[in-house]
Amino acid sequence: MMKPLALGAVTGLAVIAAALGYFYSQNNGLTEAELETARTLSLASLPPLPADPSNAVADNPAAASLGEALFNEVGLSANGEVACATCHLESRQFQDDLPLSQGVGTTGRRAMPLRGAAYATWLFWDGRKDSLWSQAIGPMESAVEHGFTRSQVAAYIAAHYAEPYKALFGPLPDLAGIPAASPLGNDAQQAAWAALDADQQDAINRVFSNAGKAIEAFERTLMPLENRFDRFVAARVAGETPTGDAALTPQEIAGFQIFAGKGQCTNCHNGPRLTDEFFHNTGIASPQDPVTDHGRASAIAQVESDEFNCLGPYSDASPEQCGQLRFMSRDLHLFERAYKPPSLRGVADRPPYMHAGQIATLPLVIEHYNRASPAISGHSELTSLGLSTDEKAALLAFLQTL
Amino acid sequence: MKKILAVFGLLVLAVVAFVVYKMYLQPLPEGLDLATTRTTAAGHFEVSIAPEDPDYQRNTLHAWIATITTPDGTPVEGAGIAIDGGMPQHGHGLPTSPQMTEDLGDGRYRIEGVRFHMRGWWEFKLAITADGVSDNITFNLVMK
Ligand code: HEC
Ligand code: HEC
Ligand SMILES: [Cu+2]
Repeated sequence: MMKPLALGAVTGLAVIAAALGYFYSQNNGLTEAELETARTLSLASLPPLPADPSNAVADNPAAASLGEALFNEVGLSANGEVACATCHLESRQFQDDLPLSQGVGTTGRRAMPLRGAAYATWLFWDGRKDSLWSQAIGPMESAVEHGFTRSQVAAYIAAHYAEPYKALFGPLPDLAGIPAASPLGNDAQQAAWAALDADQQDAINRVFSNAGKAIEAFERTLMPLENRFDRFVAARVAGETPTGDAALTPQEIAGFQIFAGKGQCTNCHNGPRLTDEFFHNTGIASPQDPVTDHGRASAIAQVESDEFNCLGPYSDASPEQCGQLRFMSRDLHLFERAYKPPSLRGVADRPPYMHAGQIATLPLVIEHYNRASPAISGHSELTSLGLSTDEKAALLAFLQTL
Repeated sequence: MKKILAVFGLLVLAVVAFVVYKMYLQPLPEGLDLATTRTTAAGHFEVSIAPEDPDYQRNTLHAWIATITTPDGTPVEGAGIAIDGGMPQHGHGLPTSPQMTEDLGDGRYRIEGVRFHMRGWWEFKLAITADGVSDNITFNLVMK
């Protein structure tokens, strides 16, 4: 009597195992829904670059070539050694591999990769700038980055880039005898700025913002690059079998399924840049104690009062074109220590991670998400994942395909 | 013994399958009302919403038109509308603060500054005040 029962049980288990095996193999081939999710994360779904109405030369090739020169120009710094390219190295995905960057001094945050940044609504980890041109003039006056002032930027352009500048923007103002002056500089520079009349200030701000607009035109040419995952998805969407390096391994495919499923990564890392361009508190440790960096929460007032924002006098946009700024959420509670998820394209090749390089390696990043520790300030949006060792390895393998 | 084991194994599998289903797929709640014409909670208004651009994309800023009538179909003029919402399954609100920017007449109102940055189920809540009467309605939208 025992025999048939045992036989039945064994058969039952075998059927279940076979079914599971079948689903597993099916999944390795990806279901329709998974393939659709994969497509949304691939370059195939990258929309055309949105226009930037706040910058009239955003898509002007002459502006882009002036911008490229300015991007690499060490003359635009206090010590004659720092350019944008110092911290945004083309050979290194336009970042610098450091937890904190080295300019004239040391920055408080990690340099961000720049490919595809023109797709972002908000710039910087905390989004305190609403356009690439307005972003670009920030580092020039930062005491720890270029350590320059806007009057010096205008004078340098008049001395070294007058021709391309005038061809794009018209005549340069006469800046003879104006010392280093900026409303954001040290005491002497602020005093020098206050001593200028409104017309002089406006003329300097105009050249300064135009320099930023040329740099933006250059940055808009830095498009995201195709990766293995894109090639895999392109082949699969075309109904072909991916070959060569486009053929992801079963482990990499399983990693994608965790990324888009159990790992909940696509909640925030979605779209072809693998970022939702929004701000999230993910419980990242603070390098400072007590916490001095409040992320998006302190950026809202900054971008709102910035004279170089979309609604300001140096913007080429009409107010109706500044919707992102006008309808910006001001929920300070939600935004405490919230930061922008970086694009995950090329992520495996650029440790350390997070806004101040707090996490040294990708396996540790995965541990961070798996644990989901509470935030030191504000509320983390993460919940612990319970990933197995195999699942963590698969997720890592997937991130390496990006 | 084997029988017990088999039954036990089946049970474990069923539980695992269920948890996996719940966690991975985050399905839409059953019976989610996706109608875009609804009656407000206390029955004071009939509200229809429609995107101004039917082809709007996820994660882009766009506008909606809300059309408000009384239950007997009379357009509601001069209404005030406060907008709220979010993703109940993720526990977060809207990424922007949309506003009613224009009273278009005939009970039609433009709501600007709407952005849904994630796929999935979104609530889009309108709190309407007109002629001293306040009422509200929660629409459900699904972003692809
Ligand atoms: C000293 C190093 C350093 C220099 C020089 C520097 N940057 Fe950066 N860059 C950074 C750091 C650090 C961040 C992040 C800062 C933050 O969030 O507060 C950043 C962020 C950015 C971002 C934001 C990207 C995004 O996705 O939001 C852009 C764009 C950028 N830099 C462009 C430039 C340009 C253009 C210049 C030259 C005018 C420049 N940077 C000079 C270090 C530097
Ligand atoms: C709640 C939103 C959210 C979720 C969910 C999320 N991330 Fe992130 N991710 C972020 C934010 C925000 C940052 C930047 C955090 C910071 O620096 O403070 C980030 C940073 C990262 C980085 C570092 C990138 C860099 O250049 O420094 C990696 C890698 C990463 N996430 C991978 C993942 C993976 C894998 C998952 C799923 C297990 C995941 N993320 C889930 C929001 C999220
Ligand atoms: Cu969400």
